[in-house]
Amino acid sequence: MNITFLLNGETRRVAVTDPTQSVLDWLRAEWLSGTKEGCNEGDCGACSVLLTDDNGTKPLNACLMMMPHLQGKALRTIEGIAGPDGTLHPVQQAMIDHHGSQCGFCTPGFVVTMAGAHLNGQTDHDDQLAGNLCRCTGYAPIIRAAKAAQSAPAPDWMRDRPVDLDTVMLGDEDANAFLPRHSDDLAAWYLTYPDATLIAGATDVGLWVTKQLRDLGKVAFLGHCSDLQHIEETSDSFVIGAGVTIATLRKAMTTPHPSFAGLLRRFASEQVRQAATIGGNIANGSPIGDSAPALIAMGAELTLRRGDSLRTIALEDFFVEYGKQDRAPGEFVHSITIPKTAPGLACYKLSKRFDQDISAVCGCLNLTQEGGKTASARIAFGGMAGIPKRAYALEAALIGQPLSEAAITAALPALEDDFQPMSDMRASRAYRMQAAKAMVLRYAREASGQPSILEVQP
Amino acid sequence: MSIGTTKTHDSAHLHVTGTARYVDDIPVPVGTLHLAFGLSAHAHATITDLDLSAVRAAPGVVKVLVPGDMPFANNASPAPDPEPVLAEGVVNYIGQPIFLVAATTHLAARKAARLAKINYAPRTAILTVEDALAANSHFEGGPVTWARGDVAAGFAQATHVVEGTLDIGGQEHFYLEGQAALALPDDQGIVIRCSSQHPTEIQHKVADALGCAMHDVRVEMRRMGGGFGGKESQGNHLAIACAVMARATARACKMRYDRDDDMMITGKRHDFKVKYRIGADKSGKIVAAEFTHLARCGWSPDLSLPVCDRAMLHADSAYFLPNIRIESHRLRTNTQSATAFRGFGGPQGMLATEAAMDHLAFVMGLDPTELRKRNYYAAALGAACPQTPGDISIKRKVQSTPYGQPVEDFILHELTAELQKSADFAARKAAVAAWNSTNTTLKKGIAFSPVKFGISFTLTHLNQAGALVHVYADGSIQLSHGGTEMGQGLHRKVCQVAAQVFGVDDGSVRITATATDKVPNTSATAASSGADLNGMAVKAACETIKARMAAFVAEQTGCAPQEVRFEGGNVIAGETALPFAKAAKLAYESRVSLSSTGFYATPEISWDRIKGQGRPFFYFAYGAAITEVVIDTLTGENRILRTDILHDAGASLNPGIDIGQIEGGYVQGAGWLTTEELVWDDNGRLRTHAPSTYKIPACSDRPRIFNVALWDQPNRVETIYRSKATGEPPFMLAISTYLALSNACQACGPNWPDLQTPATPEAVLAAVNRARGAT
Repeated sequence: MNITFLLNGETRRVAVTDPTQSVLDWLRAEWLSGTKEGCNEGDCGACSVLLTDDNGTKPLNACLMMMPHLQGKALRTIEGIAGPDGTLHPVQQAMIDHHGSQCGFCTPGFVVTMAGAHLNGQTDHDDQLAGNLCRCTGYAPIIRAAKAAQSAPAPDWMRDRPVDLDTVMLGDEDANAFLPRHSDDLAAWYLTYPDATLIAGATDVGLWVTKQLRDLGKVAFLGHCSDLQHIEETSDSFVIGAGVTIATLRKAMTTPHPSFAGLLRRFASEQVRQAATIGGNIANGSPIGDSAPALIAMGAELTLRRGDSLRTIALEDFFVEYGKQDRAPGEFVHSITIPKTAPGLACYKLSKRFDQDISAVCGCLNLTQEGGKTASARIAFGGMAGIPKRAYALEAALIGQPLSEAAITAALPALEDDFQPMSDMRASRAYRMQAAKAMVLRYAREASGQPSILEVQP
Repeated sequence: MSIGTTKTHDSAHLHVTGTARYVDDIPVPVGTLHLAFGLSAHAHATITDLDLSAVRAAPGVVKVLVPGDMPFANNASPAPDPEPVLAEGVVNYIGQPIFLVAATTHLAARKAARLAKINYAPRTAILTVEDALAANSHFEGGPVTWARGDVAAGFAQATHVVEGTLDIGGQEHFYLEGQAALALPDDQGIVIRCSSQHPTEIQHKVADALGCAMHDVRVEMRRMGGGFGGKESQGNHLAIACAVMARATARACKMRYDRDDDMMITGKRHDFKVKYRIGADKSGKIVAAEFTHLARCGWSPDLSLPVCDRAMLHADSAYFLPNIRIESHRLRTNTQSATAFRGFGGPQGMLATEAAMDHLAFVMGLDPTELRKRNYYAAALGAACPQTPGDISIKRKVQSTPYGQPVEDFILHELTAELQKSADFAARKAAVAAWNSTNTTLKKGIAFSPVKFGISFTLTHLNQAGALVHVYADGSIQLSHGGTEMGQGLHRKVCQVAAQVFGVDDGSVRITATATDKVPNTSATAASSGADLNGMAVKAACETIKARMAAFVAEQTGCAPQEVRFEGGNVIAGETALPFAKAAKLAYESRVSLSSTGFYATPEISWDRIKGQGRPFFYFAYGAAITEVVIDTLTGENRILRTDILHDAGASLNPGIDIGQIEGGYVQGAGWLTTEELVWDDNGRLRTHAPSTYKIPACSDRPRIFNVALWDQPNRVETIYRSKATGEPPFMLAISTYLALSNACQACGPNWPDLQTPATPEAVLAAVNRARGAT
């Protein structure tokens, strides 16, 4: 297939022979070697690049982006951060002035992410840079640089415009990569090719290629199915399209579901949140995906589509067992429906590192109180079983009880009926159980006004 | 003045624009092949069948080599004992290279390497230190023991004795640039470009592998994307593989490890288990100490013996321990061969002692900082009044380390007092206690820890360096030295030395890639020695040229050579001020040599490692840190809230760069002690082999408040402009993080929490439970 995009302001037309070739590999083969490979799995940010489309400019990991992702977009690499005449971008100058580089290998990725945040006026530097690892500096000088540059105006050359899509041919269905423009096209094509791989942000599928070295066969890239990328508001719910990115969802959830939004803040990194979709996070069925426990606790319903038929199930019923979901061949995740409010929702993520880590345990509790007693309870955990799963026994044990330390302590043994967690490199089984129980106690203590560890000041 | 001023990294502009080239960024000749190793799937086994037919038939594969194809030495070892590049019949860890694939692309080589059909006859694998002890699986035949005084008599005097065991985790280097090498065939020799802290060793090992002399191998190294010790010996395999394959195919060959392969193949920091027993008299003076170090060295010696030596050399931490016995077991296991990592065993040795000190203070009901101060070495002469270093009115007895080195430069008494004041330690301790009394779920902890770190290679002959300096006829200066740039700012510091000697601007000085044909027989850039050794060698070379230029200018102007000054870009003789470039041009035209080598060998050091006696270190570098943390007693999650550091860089060559080393070293050390956990499964397979599962600190893990200051006093021994090394010592400032977490756990209950490391949330919660007396 042929793709057209802007590369550092110049139009490029590229014949793509392997649609799963990473943008990182392509750039480096073009001797644009400023973009570095640090891990090839989206965890280090050394390959960060900026991508601009109609929704704006965002940082992404080039190692997890495949060439068809560039279709119709504007790509800016470290080579395009300084001006055409060599004038340094304010973040570049600040990084020099504040000793923000030592070995320099992570530096291009940092500079790109910082330049993207700078362009977007973002000053939450820790969040913006959580996906860029540095092993030399201890980050302090990098943050000093980010702060020093934040008030400088964004240089003109940073303002990219995406390629006009009408002039760009999208892939046809006979090609090795299909780029549908509407979910109707996708539904028809996927019925014909039910063994194909659907690729949204590629933050998981990318690893099948870069680490498992798999040949994906026929693939479809869903990024141009704009009808899947909306959040619709009804009288009592939000209907979230499968193609909505975690970044978009996080923003939308800030007011209605702040605890969920807080969990999404710790979902991987900005580069991953800008690529990853809610549909992908559910469809891959991971037992440690962070969205599912929160959505299940909220009572989310999942709508699947196969051909022209839609069906809706409770989200918890989608996850059958490890590696197995209730999804027929040719069927794909269409949308997720959640209630508009869930005032009793609290989401807790436990991992070795606060930012950009995978949960050892993710616990989400959604309780309502009536007359000093728990009237309803939906509690779901990730990391405690082969699938994200509801804690039915614990829910039953809590209902009708007050939200007191003693009552909760009495109810907690029920969690052992719900789960027999396993030991792995993230946590031991005993610790998982202990921490999951602790989250229920934390729920009660926070309800009584106790602060979270993230709020403690020196 | 160039020395003592803050200047940016010499490559800063290249870094921020993405134009700094690393090995994988170097344009390669047409036809360059890309290499990958096939790896062992067993921790210990005999290979009974190696079927590589599918590998050879895979798309893009050009050649496959097995051990028998190695033309000469199959040896990557930095130690006297050999370590095969490709396993010869027996594999000794999961991840060990078995065969070598060359293909037309990196991806093709990686794909092909996975297609081997290998049959193994498993043997018993020794995975833990307990397994190794039970099997008497030691390097050096058995434990190494150093002792001083009478430990039994010491314990007899003790009123308080504590004992315990501390698990100290290993650490993956996680240099952002993985291991990489490129070999370019060249007439009868070969050129290697690699990411290595030790180009000379690469040269030596490649020469052995090709059956040629060292003069046939040229190694060039411009920069590494991080090293931290992980590129001291671990790059040998790639360079040898590239050289042998380049010889076999007459094509350029490049190899870079994929991140997962890098973590599976290469060695890491040694994890230790340390058993300690220390006792104090009622005044709080330590009267006896015993340490047993169980170091998991992995399958080959690599650098384990000097690493374990250095752990023993730092078992005193900052304290005079009159009666002490240290027993060190260097245990051979079927895991990656543990290797150099910033601190080189020092952090493990010090951490155990600091944990034991806290344990003792806890049992004695004494303030831990007070216990530390009571046991500090005696202050250096004149140290209380550093403005008058010649003042000998304060008579003090110089005390010696357990290995017999007098501690003559001990400044921690004053440094501690100043840090405690600047960090408002006393008031904050009280505030933490008050905060803890009103919070049930969250608890804060605060702790102080000192650093005293010995500077010099313990293998004495490595303490030498060379340099090559050219002054061109246009007045520009080019220099080479034996040190390698891995981000630490060495090249900038060395440029400052040259600029200082010649009295010119730093911009006049250009440093080249480190190359074995410019400066021969170099030591690894390791042991924090880079600026100390190479700065002195460069200074010597510059002084030689300067003396020739001064003699020439003196002759021209009729003044004495010693009256010629090099300042402000000029060469000044009496009333005459020649611009440096002009002086260089005139000197050239008068046939004065403007090129010189320089050499330096560290004086005064000598060391008998068998006896454990001597003066292994030229001097000590000092520092201290106070860290405040908060823990969640429900889950063990924890945060660093504030860190205050006062660190001794001597008369700093470049305060900006030194502060960068301190901040970065602290955070890297805090990662080692908190989030960075290496997990091997029961088969000996490393399960944490990528950043998805191995968690180095991220941006938000740095202390929320992070105050770093330099103890800006000249080194008492004659180092380069009286500066001190800053590469490794700051790493150990992070021990205060561990102690602060332990302190927070102590606030949870009456018992000793016995916090183990890394202090992951799980480990912290276990310690909270122990403090409470819960199981």
